Amino acid sequence: MADTANDQAFVEFERVQKSYDGETLVVKDLNLSMPRGEFLTMLGPSGSGKTTCLMMLAGFETATHGDIRLGGTSINNIPPHKRGIGMVFQNYALFPHMTVAENLSFPLEVRKMGKAEREEKIMRALGMVQMQDFAGRRPAQLSGGQQQRIALARALVFEPELVLMDEPLGALDKQLRETLQFEITRLAHDLGITTVYVTHDQTEALTMSDRVAVFDDGRIQQLDPPDTLYEAPQNSFVAQFIGENNTLMGKITKISGDRCEVTLDDGEVIDAMPVNVTEVGQRTRVSIRPERVEMDKSRLMPDVHTLKAEVLEFVYMGDIFRTRLRVAGNDDFVIKTRNAPDQVRLKPGEQIEIGWLPQDCRALDA
Amino acid sequence: MAEVMQAADGTPLKRSLARALRRQKLRALGLIAPLLFFVLITFIIPIGNMLFRSVENDIVQNTLPGTIAVLTAREETGVPGEDVFTALYIDLFIAEEQKLHTRLGSRLNYEQTGASSMFRRTGRAVGRFDTGTYTDAITDANPAWEDPAHWAATVEANAADLPRTANAWSRWQAVFAAEGDEIGKRNLEDFLFTALYLDLRDADAAPAGLDAAYDAARATDPVSIKDAFIDADDKWGAPQIWETLTLYAPKYTPGYFLNSLDYQKTPDGIEKRPENEQIYITLFGRTIWMSLLITFSCIALGYPIAWLLANLPMRKANVLLILVLLPFWTSLLVRTSAWKVMLQQQGVINDVLVWVGLVDNANRLIMINNQFGTIVAMTHILLPFMILPMYSVMQTIPPSYLRAAKSLGATNWTAFWRVYFPQSVPGIGAGSILVFILAIGYYITPEIVGGTKGVFISNRIAYHISSSLNWGLAAALGTILLVAVLVLYWAYDKIVGIDNVKLG
Repeated sequence: MADTANDQAFVEFERVQKSYDGETLVVKDLNLSMPRGEFLTMLGPSGSGKTTCLMMLAGFETATHGDIRLGGTSINNIPPHKRGIGMVFQNYALFPHMTVAENLSFPLEVRKMGKAEREEKIMRALGMVQMQDFAGRRPAQLSGGQQQRIALARALVFEPELVLMDEPLGALDKQLRETLQFEITRLAHDLGITTVYVTHDQTEALTMSDRVAVFDDGRIQQLDPPDTLYEAPQNSFVAQFIGENNTLMGKITKISGDRCEVTLDDGEVIDAMPVNVTEVGQRTRVSIRPERVEMDKSRLMPDVHTLKAEVLEFVYMGDIFRTRLRVAGNDDFVIKTRNAPDQVRLKPGEQIEIGWLPQDCRALDA
Repeated sequence: MAEVMQAADGTPLKRSLARALRRQKLRALGLIAPLLFFVLITFIIPIGNMLFRSVENDIVQNTLPGTIAVLTAREETGVPGEDVFTALYIDLFIAEEQKLHTRLGSRLNYEQTGASSMFRRTGRAVGRFDTGTYTDAITDANPAWEDPAHWAATVEANAADLPRTANAWSRWQAVFAAEGDEIGKRNLEDFLFTALYLDLRDADAAPAGLDAAYDAARATDPVSIKDAFIDADDKWGAPQIWETLTLYAPKYTPGYFLNSLDYQKTPDGIEKRPENEQIYITLFGRTIWMSLLITFSCIALGYPIAWLLANLPMRKANVLLILVLLPFWTSLLVRTSAWKVMLQQQGVINDVLVWVGLVDNANRLIMINNQFGTIVAMTHILLPFMILPMYSVMQTIPPSYLRAAKSLGATNWTAFWRVYFPQSVPGIGAGSILVFILAIGYYITPEIVGGTKGVFISNRIAYHISSSLNWGLAAALGTILLVAVLVLYWAYDKIVGIDNVKLG
């Protein structure tokens, strides 16, 4: 790895397009470049093209146009079994007629490795996922989480530099998923493997990745580290797809630098930060995270606009309170407040005033 | 720890559970009862009955009870003496009245050629034996013997002194009673008087009230019944028929089974049949060998189709599946006959080959009325039975296994052979069992396209059922076939495991 440390782009997609039927593009003009050792997640709703990208990288689908490069060489014409890419599948795809050890031995056998070496590598790989005691079992005798661990070990046993994971935790329950999320990231970082991870679960994407590529409609909508993605979504799709979000529709009435004024559809005026709006008169969708809405006027800047709101519902969720409000005609405006000793518990019907810091309210495309 | 688990009311838990489940079980039984009844009546009982015929042999003893008793009691072999012939005379007379002797003739004909005509001829002659002299002598001495009532009374009273007569009389009465008739004057046949004559001859003194008859019998010279029989058919004077009768006297016989395996019973024990009469072992062997060949050709032809079906998109797969099932919509006879059209020497394939120039017109290929024809036609007919189980098993193999194998570095072939193929084996197993068992009992197709070299054991069974009417042999052949299939099934279970057979 060290000898190519200056080669920043280990995996590259350049102007990649994919069409299955010759009429519509599933992947439209994909450009992506990953450095070695990065954990990159492709996140998006189903049908957004993320799995197709993964399959093109693995070699099970061919790009209709464009170039995919691995370590600087184009792999468009290399068959999947020569790419040396480890892969973990959603349904684990452990071979049911082989034991765990035989499953792990398979990639080593096809590489014509000697028996002693094979056994050593198998035990090491099983050790990485804490499954040494299960070598003689068959996949059907293992639980879902154990199977996924074995699938992971099998993808790593032949020491690939790149591992692809196609929604590997989709079939597991929440607790197990969280444990494995942690294990996968730990392994990936410890071994220095470059990982492409596909999921439609945004929590998974945010907690595991170095960078997340949000897919929609065959394009990468935004490619950023998780915090940037959450706090600074570049368009309304990303804003709505990642995390919970309140949106209000309106029109730009004043714009200067990183401040703008938006007149909402019912005539009220608010302050926002322009993201992809440029001129006065444009329709916009403003988005505010529920936890960034402020009810305490004293914490806001003095000259800022506020909005009147009516409490519709109060939900006690333990660590937080989730309150649903009617704001500027929107009945689904949610705010989240921390369960602190001095926190007020609002009652339905109460009239309050809310506001926010202008940089937390992003004016996006309509 | 051996304490019995108890339900809340104190009854043992097991009994409680059994009671709770009983209603459920009864309902389930009620649901399947009509089918169970139907299968029992139309399938299990007839088949059981048919299989039983493979060992059943009571016809000899039922038709010739007296003869068999005397014959089996004697120690010497060869042509027996007067006593056996006399018993045979009585038996045959009664059998002739019931028209049973021809059936016995056919039965014995399986074991000894000529027995059928022998019994028919003797049956006709038995009424004309020279035993009229006994009748005349006895009725002359006491005219009361012309009265059936006198017969009945006298025989009953002296049953102990007149064993043969009593036996013949009661059996004779039974024949008429079965037909709803009384014995009249006309039915006082010579054989009854013969029995009476012989009993009186053997008696030391005249039984009570039979003095006249006793004296008449003593005064009359015996007639040789043996000679009369040999007169009717000289084979009665040769030892073979007596050997056969002795061998097949028991109520149950392994004869049909021995016959099915090209063996026969002889007075010296079980022996192999002469070379020119051996047929069944060859036929069994051929049936199994050709069925295996058909099964393998079905696997070879069906596997790629099943794979294609399982991997095509749903819409295309359905169209292809209809093509696979299409033959089921055509009569089996039509399909087989179509192969006749295709394969015969002046048929489509030969015509095309000659036209193309691959085959000389004078040397057209012989592809029908031989094993080739049977194998081709049956492979075609049984192919769907192979494809469908393979298809349904292959459908359950997710394509991600192949992808996983390839991503792990396996070539297409390795991925197929080490990952896909082992998982499709249950389908191959299910299809093979189905095709093999269907093939081994196939009848119509080998009958039409098989000629003489390409017929199966089932054709022989059909022949014995409908033409030679040797049902016992047909039953024995069928039983062997059934057992062979069960043994193969068992072996399959041992080797592959029947749990591995999946139909989907």
